[in-house]
Amino acid sequence: MKRFWLWVPLGVFVLFFAVVANGLVNPSDRVIKSTMIGKPAPTFSLPPAIDGMPGVGVVNLRDGKPKLVNIFASWCGPCAYEAPILERLAKQGIEIHGIAIRDRPQDLNRFLSRYGNPYTRIGADNDTKAQISFGSAGVPETFVVDGKGIIRHQIAGGIDPGNVDELLTALRAAK
Amino acid sequence: MIAEIGLAFLWLAGVLAGLQLIMGAIGLRTNRGDMLGGVRPIAVVQGILVGLSFWCLITVFMQSDMSVKLVALNSHSAKPMLFKFAGTWGNHEGSMLLWVAVLGVSGGLIAAFERALKYRTHIATLTAQAAIALGFYGFLIFSSNPFERLNPVPIDGQGLNPLLQDPGLAFHPPTLYFGYVGMSVAFSFAVGALIERDVGPAFARAMRPWVLGAWIFLTIGITAGSYWAYYELGWGGWWFWDPVENASLMPWLATTALLHSVAVLATRDGLRAWTVMLAVVAFSMSMVGTFLVRSGVLTSVHSFATDPTRGGFLLALLVVYIGGALALFALRINTVREGNQFDLMSREGALVVNNLLLSVILSVVLVGTLYPLATEAMGQKISIGAPYFNSAAGYPALLLVVVMIMGPVMRWRRDEFKAVMKRIALPLLATALMLLALVLARPDVGILPFLGLLLAVGVGVGSFAPLWKRNLRRTPLFTYGMVIAHFGIAVSLAGMASESGFIKEKLVAANIGETNTVGPYTVKFLKVEPIAGPNWTAIEATLEARRGDGEPIILRPQARMFSNPVTPTNEAAIGTMLDGQLYLNIGEPTPDGRWQLRMWWKPYVTLIWLGGMLVAFGGFLSLIGRALRERGAKARKSPEDAVQGQAIPSTPVFAIEAAV
Repeated sequence: MKRFWLWVPLGVFVLFFAVVANGLVNPSDRVIKSTMIGKPAPTFSLPPAIDGMPGVGVVNLRDGKPKLVNIFASWCGPCAYEAPILERLAKQGIEIHGIAIRDRPQDLNRFLSRYGNPYTRIGADNDTKAQISFGSAGVPETFVVDGKGIIRHQIAGGIDPGNVDELLTALRAAK
Repeated sequence: MIAEIGLAFLWLAGVLAGLQLIMGAIGLRTNRGDMLGGVRPIAVVQGILVGLSFWCLITVFMQSDMSVKLVALNSHSAKPMLFKFAGTWGNHEGSMLLWVAVLGVSGGLIAAFERALKYRTHIATLTAQAAIALGFYGFLIFSSNPFERLNPVPIDGQGLNPLLQDPGLAFHPPTLYFGYVGMSVAFSFAVGALIERDVGPAFARAMRPWVLGAWIFLTIGITAGSYWAYYELGWGGWWFWDPVENASLMPWLATTALLHSVAVLATRDGLRAWTVMLAVVAFSMSMVGTFLVRSGVLTSVHSFATDPTRGGFLLALLVVYIGGALALFALRINTVREGNQFDLMSREGALVVNNLLLSVILSVVLVGTLYPLATEAMGQKISIGAPYFNSAAGYPALLLVVVMIMGPVMRWRRDEFKAVMKRIALPLLATALMLLALVLARPDVGILPFLGLLLAVGVGVGSFAPLWKRNLRRTPLFTYGMVIAHFGIAVSLAGMASESGFIKEKLVAANIGETNTVGPYTVKFLKVEPIAGPNWTAIEATLEARRGDGEPIILRPQARMFSNPVTPTNEAAIGTMLDGQLYLNIGEPTPDGRWQLRMWWKPYVTLIWLGGMLVAFGGFLSLIGRALRERGAKARKSPEDAVQGQAIPSTPVFAIEAAV
């Protein structure tokens, strides 16, 4: 029995070796996949964020068409950066629903008139409950939701031109 | 030319290390005198050669010889002398050469000056040392040659990362390296002792100065690194449980445990197997630390240049040395005679508890650091943050502090609970008074800071208990060393508890002219100006802080943008007062023209680093004290005297018992 214990340190070291060797051989891509992918979008219903545009709820995500849900805010820098890309996607006929986090109508209007308005609906998420139930940790974040309201893909952080193909592929797959 | 000479020295030293290993191994196996006799001179020459090689690298850096690739990549002819010098090790190749240079020179010193060990154990130690050195020579020569030339020669170098151009940081990595290398020496001693089955007080006394020295360097390195992160990164924290920080904390924990168990082995000839195990673990942790930092398997806020082949090479070295040593341990330790026994209620017993608790903390940190990597292998990504480390490591650490009050006043071999309690009556009383004060004041703090404050007082008083009723002039220096080091822990603990318990934080979007309060200070936002430095531009805020009607102090935090490479940094403005620090940061402007200001009042936060320095100073006194004692023992030519001489001053109980 005592002899067994003497080999325990070596066993621990072998375990350490296995873990780090695996880490070396398969370097991580450092992107954390959302656990919400493959699950239905959470139940939520948000009032309109600005006058003249409808709010957004989970029912709007189940109309049979794949679409993007973009979590954003007028006060967020990367949101302004990704706005032209969203604008281009919208021009290609992709439907984008916006969830505005802790925002004010006048700020939002200024943001939309300055950077363009690619959204068909914008819901006001003033207490960030909808954002949290989507499993989103920050703004901006973008989800691809299929016609049945199931989350298919997620991009955390601003979309850059390199992500466009990725988004389009995910949208096509979600059809 | 100098670069080629340096490379030649490096090769020669590497070949000698190979020779040292082969001759030592054959000599130990066959007991051939000619083989054994060659090991020591070779070790000395190897040390000299690798030292010269490092000196050559310093020379090419000082001369700004841009034909050497490493200099061109990491230096610049217009850089101040200090940073040219420090730039020698401010990069991967140079720092690895420093590593083997210190290793080689240490080996040479052991070969030349070590006298306490038995002859064969001495040779076995040097053989193990050669085996370690050989791996690193191979690593340097084949995957990280520091003397590689560039053709064509660039006109000037690329400079050094601006964050690293800081005098404190220039000496931070070598400090940690000295610690790591010191542990490699202790490791060689342990392997040598295992090979020769000669684990006893002589081995412990030969190893102790290296352990103590390494521990002092690690303590300084961690303390300085923590302060650097605190003022330079501008996040307001002093410990982030970042993998790189953990990589330096783990060897420190293991070395602290070893330091205490080696005392038992040296003085009482107990804890033989455990001490050997700890020596292996402590070196393993420094290797694991180097590996984690250099291989890039873990993501960290500290980004070092990483390279998978280097990671692979280091991992292979790890397998050979640590795997080999652990296997040797499992095979051999049963044949080592059991050491002296003792009661749990004794100084040894307290040191065993100390060791166990340190091991628990070490495991907590190790598991927390590697767990994300392990779950990633199983397809799930998680990250582990401060809450886990604080609660999982905090309680054992506080328990350790309790043992720290009792341990130093306990007698070796056997003691009475009642007698121990009498000896710590004063610290107990102080703790009780503090508890009363805390209960009455009912501060709004968490349980960990509360216990921390309580125990800081207990240990602060308790650390002086070993001096109680003793002749202070005849008390040996190393006892003072222990007292100061333990007091340093109390000081540091008080700082940590006070900072985390009473910190005041305020995040505001402020208009110019606005006044805010944080803690006891009112801070007036005077102005914001753009300014420019040699290689950066910045937004600088000017704020006036005032406590009550006192003198105002002006603080100027900056948001800097370095131009090459483009890096934003936050230069916090820190006002240091006797009872704490005011820490101000300026962030982004808001769209309506206000500025984000982040303000902290951190009561007694400086005690954290002051305590760390006291701990290191205590270690230093202890090292000197031990050296004096060993010399005294040698002068008397009687090792038995030395053992007893050590036992007496560390049992300060006779006087107390007599008085009671």
